[in-house]
Amino acid sequence: MSTAARARAAMTEPDAASPVPPAAAHAGPPILAVEALSKEFGGVHAIEDLSFTVSRGRIHSIIGPNGAGKTTLFNLVTGVYTPSAGRVLFDGQPVSGLAPYKLAARGMSRTFQNLQIFFNMSAIENVMVGRHLHLDRRLLPALFRFPSLVRKDREAKERAAELMREVGLGRYIDAESAAMPYGALKRLEIARALAAEPVLLLLDEPAAGLNATESREIDELIKLVAGRGVTIILVEHDMKMVMGISDHILALNYGRKLAEGTPAEVAANPDVVAAYLGTLD
Amino acid sequence: MLGRVPVLVGLAAVIAVLPLVLTNNFLLNVAIIAGFNAVVCVGLNLLIGYAGQISLGHAAFFGLGAYVSAVLVGTHGWPPLPALLAGAAFVGVLAFAVAKPILRLKGHYLAMATLGIGIIISIVLRTETDITGGPDGMVVVPFEVFGIEVAGESMWYWVVGALLLLAVWLSLNLIESPAGRAMRALHGSEVAAETLGVDTTGYKVMVFVLSAVLASVMGSLFAHYLGFITPSAGDFFKSIELVTMVVFGGMASTLGAVVGAVILTVLPQFLTAFQDYQHMVLGAILMFTMVFMPRGLLPTLEGLITARRRA
Repeated sequence: MSTAARARAAMTEPDAASPVPPAAAHAGPPILAVEALSKEFGGVHAIEDLSFTVSRGRIHSIIGPNGAGKTTLFNLVTGVYTPSAGRVLFDGQPVSGLAPYKLAARGMSRTFQNLQIFFNMSAIENVMVGRHLHLDRRLLPALFRFPSLVRKDREAKERAAELMREVGLGRYIDAESAAMPYGALKRLEIARALAAEPVLLLLDEPAAGLNATESREIDELIKLVAGRGVTIILVEHDMKMVMGISDHILALNYGRKLAEGTPAEVAANPDVVAAYLGTLD
Repeated sequence: MLGRVPVLVGLAAVIAVLPLVLTNNFLLNVAIIAGFNAVVCVGLNLLIGYAGQISLGHAAFFGLGAYVSAVLVGTHGWPPLPALLAGAAFVGVLAFAVAKPILRLKGHYLAMATLGIGIIISIVLRTETDITGGPDGMVVVPFEVFGIEVAGESMWYWVVGALLLLAVWLSLNLIESPAGRAMRALHGSEVAAETLGVDTTGYKVMVFVLSAVLASVMGSLFAHYLGFITPSAGDFFKSIELVTMVVFGGMASTLGAVVGAVILTVLPQFLTAFQDYQHMVLGAILMFTMVFMPRGLLPTLEGLITARRRA
């Protein structure tokens, strides 16, 4: 069997196990639309003239070899970077150039490829920061400990503990984040992102560095979240996971769109196989 | 870690019992100055320890508060309380105006910018002789509010003790609130905090202004307490002293800031033989702390106790 054919077989194989009931699709504009987006870093085009849309309540994956621009795309969508050209529409509204915290207030949440845990805080406090937008954020009520603030804070703590149990971190509720193992921290980021009650959740390599069992658990978790109507955009190198859970895949290479479609379509696309493994001749 | 209530009760008990041991005015005076430093350090610790932003010019806000009070009361005949509030408002507005541009800086750059601001303010205090009296300083009348004059070491002790308790209470309240968690989160990871909806710039400015205003209020009272004020109250060495107190006592520990301020105020009084080398000793303590207990005195002790309990 040729290398390319083997790769194709590996990518297509888990497809049989894929059918995930698509979560209730809502009417209205696509939750996310990217239009002719470009990002340049000192002459290097990390993302070039990229357009695609993401419909509601599905699992959308972005794949591509290392350096294809996946994380850059995440940073552009979540407002961490400002695009060099083009625009991003979230829920029909142009959002390019908005600060990340304003995008978060509109219902966008994310996790990070290299962990961005608040190591100076306990595990549950990390998740409670995720509740930030739902709590009293003013200075004076905080300084003087207004009863309403204390009550909502207590509720937030309960909700955070509940979320930690949901993502399988029940035994870390009283832990310091700095003392937790890598796999648990990956979940902690997911719990923290979910605490914000996002409508769109972007997961940047949630399974990276995890073993097969842990990966499968993350897999289940993502399906569970998507099942509740949260739209998910997933960047992941674990092809088995991507092919298994995605409703739609966008393949990138050198910052450009290589292919788009269902897992089966993308896996069968010769350009995608070539980008991952190189051509034979 | 100690909870809010034990910290407050413990501190109140120490403040209440201490006068039994402080049998003369010299000892009371040392305790009062330690109290002034402690309150300023509680505020500075919110900025440095919790929000992770350095300020090497914080004494300037203390000095400005002192001088606004001294000038308004002494030269313009204002009553002390409105003068104190005017000083706090002035420092608040100034801190707000400089915070936005400088808090975009990180690490060394922020350190340099705050150092620069501190030095500029301290030069103004020293050279605007017509207003501030220059290096000779100014005489300040006693503090008086609602017809009651705060005078005598004993009365000042209780006032400063009450203020310290209030500052610690406010600080503990803040760090266990959404705003406080937001400011600790931006210390942990600015980008993660932002994507969770935390206006990181807004909270940095907020905590910078808060700690500057607290320093200003204490500066005003300090001027009234001492009865005179000189530019050295707001100079670079004073700023470094405050940072050393926070780092030594324990960053991100409210009680640590108090302990650090108290130890480093009291120590020089009993090491009078080293008077000429005071700044060298301060530097040595800072180096020693960074090398052997980078988390500071109190968090290190807490860590040791927890470790022993588990063993």
